[in-house]
Amino acid sequence: MVRGLEDKIFNAVSYTILALVGLVTVVPLLYVLSVSLTPYAEVLKNGGYVLFPKEITFNAYEKLLSNSAIPRAFQITIFVTVVGTAINLTLTALLAYPLSRKGMPGRRLFLFMVVFTLLFNGGIIPTYLIVKATGLIDTVWALIVPNAIWSFNVLVMKGFFENLPEEIFESARIDGAHEWRILLRIAVPLSIPSIMTIGLFYAVGHWNSFFAAIMYITDRSLFPLQVVVREILMMTQQPLENAEDMVPTVTMQMSAVIFASLPIIAVYPFLQKHFTKGMIIGSIKG
Amino acid sequence: MLRTLGRQIWKYRAYYLMLLPGIIYYAVYKYLPIYGIVIAFKDYDMLAGIANSPWADPWYKHFQAFYESPYFSQLLVNTVLISLYKLVFGMFPPIALAVLLNECRVDWFKRWVQTLSYMPHFLSWVIIYGILIVLLSQDSGIVNQLIAEFGGNPIPFLTSTEWFRSVLVGSEIWQNLGWGAIIYLAAMAGIDPTLYEAARVDGASRLRMIWHITLPGIRNVIVLLLILRLGQMMDAGFDQIYILYNIHVYPVADILDTWVFRTGLEQWNFSLAAAVGLFKSVIGLLLVLGSNSLAKKWGEGIW
Repeated sequence: MVRGLEDKIFNAVSYTILALVGLVTVVPLLYVLSVSLTPYAEVLKNGGYVLFPKEITFNAYEKLLSNSAIPRAFQITIFVTVVGTAINLTLTALLAYPLSRKGMPGRRLFLFMVVFTLLFNGGIIPTYLIVKATGLIDTVWALIVPNAIWSFNVLVMKGFFENLPEEIFESARIDGAHEWRILLRIAVPLSIPSIMTIGLFYAVGHWNSFFAAIMYITDRSLFPLQVVVREILMMTQQPLENAEDMVPTVTMQMSAVIFASLPIIAVYPFLQKHFTKGMIIGSIKG
Repeated sequence: MLRTLGRQIWKYRAYYLMLLPGIIYYAVYKYLPIYGIVIAFKDYDMLAGIANSPWADPWYKHFQAFYESPYFSQLLVNTVLISLYKLVFGMFPPIALAVLLNECRVDWFKRWVQTLSYMPHFLSWVIIYGILIVLLSQDSGIVNQLIAEFGGNPIPFLTSTEWFRSVLVGSEIWQNLGWGAIIYLAAMAGIDPTLYEAARVDGASRLRMIWHITLPGIRNVIVLLLILRLGQMMDAGFDQIYILYNIHVYPVADILDTWVFRTGLEQWNFSLAAAVGLFKSVIGLLLVLGSNSLAKKWGEGIW
């Protein structure tokens, strides 16, 4: 009897806390969305903020897209995400596969080469100087090449390849398949779900990438989305006249935030399973 | 001996060919920068390049300049304090969330909470900065409008030295609350279910089971993560701070990384910035090695 009551209290408290966690995540984003859609007239009438606009307007989005900086940045970010992820996955797989096979002379040395960079690196300034020396400054490749391989992902992918059953490789070798064929026809197809997971992390990394751009890009026409959105966020609030069709700065800013986060938010729920799996495998490996 | 090695290498030639692009990448973009650290001991001259720049006299000139500058203690204190705050305040919430999710018997509800709470992990700091503006900024933030409505004075959360570190810690917790819980949930899934069965037969309450079975079951993971986080103490969150901070909060928010970035890439003082970067990397390396050997003693290391 007592236990039943205790159970009920426990459930009530724990479900309340869990619901709060969910709300704390989603409410700020909904509020951002609401601000970006609220007509200025309604803000004026309410004297400050509106939680649920009675009418919505896409004025801020129109204004945002009519400024050429955002569509251009969007194109650059799409390019970097697609091409960058393809390069990331190719190079990571090419490195991880031989490292996952035993017997090759020098394997431990190459593995050390990868792991050591997780512990120690040249740091911001020397890396900048090398990127500059290789002629990438102010090219879109500066957003892709200097981070073409994440050591951590090499170790994770190597783990996937190691877990494939050895017999498959043996029988392929007996059938006379050479190593490239084994990689492309056996190892990669069998690891597709895992490679997809790593690809997702690379892609999100590119989409959200900010530092490569502010370090290596000064040409404004090459700025990716995150940098342009930050510039919009740095604008100070303009004093507004009482013109009702005005778009307040904060409304513009929030439309930029929604614009830049929408692809992630739209894709994320469908891929969450893969992300979570990657995290768990990564932390067991890591 | 050499012949057999040669034959071995020939046997694996396809592997070496596969490794080649990766090796070139690591050589150029990972190991050349490590060589580039020498500019910390030189007076870097852009025209002369890394190799031909003259050596600093004395060799520790830039390190001494940094040590004697007022920045030294400020940057070190900010870096370590912000890391520590994040560690201390950020550790408990994901554990608590994992416990509650683990106890949750309503599957759809559990999935919803998980899906929602993992999401902020994938939002960039630029996006989170936008969210913070609309919530906390002095003129348009909803929190300040509510404060004003109740007759209080607006609080400049994002530009005041008193509040800024709390904003850093709070937004970090918001971003990683759910994501941080995943690993504990995975650890809880590995706890032997017969333990709970036995406890239930003995009439233990759920709180007791959490205290005596669930938490001890993930104790190793908690300690391991704590140790590994200690190894990352020198990384206080470069991206987050650079995107969120502003000149008003430099005294409490400027960390080694942000200072190196500004000094090197905005003021073109490459050698001094590289010296400070090296100082940070070496301490970071020692911390990681120390924490890893500690973690190994505890059970398992990072590799």
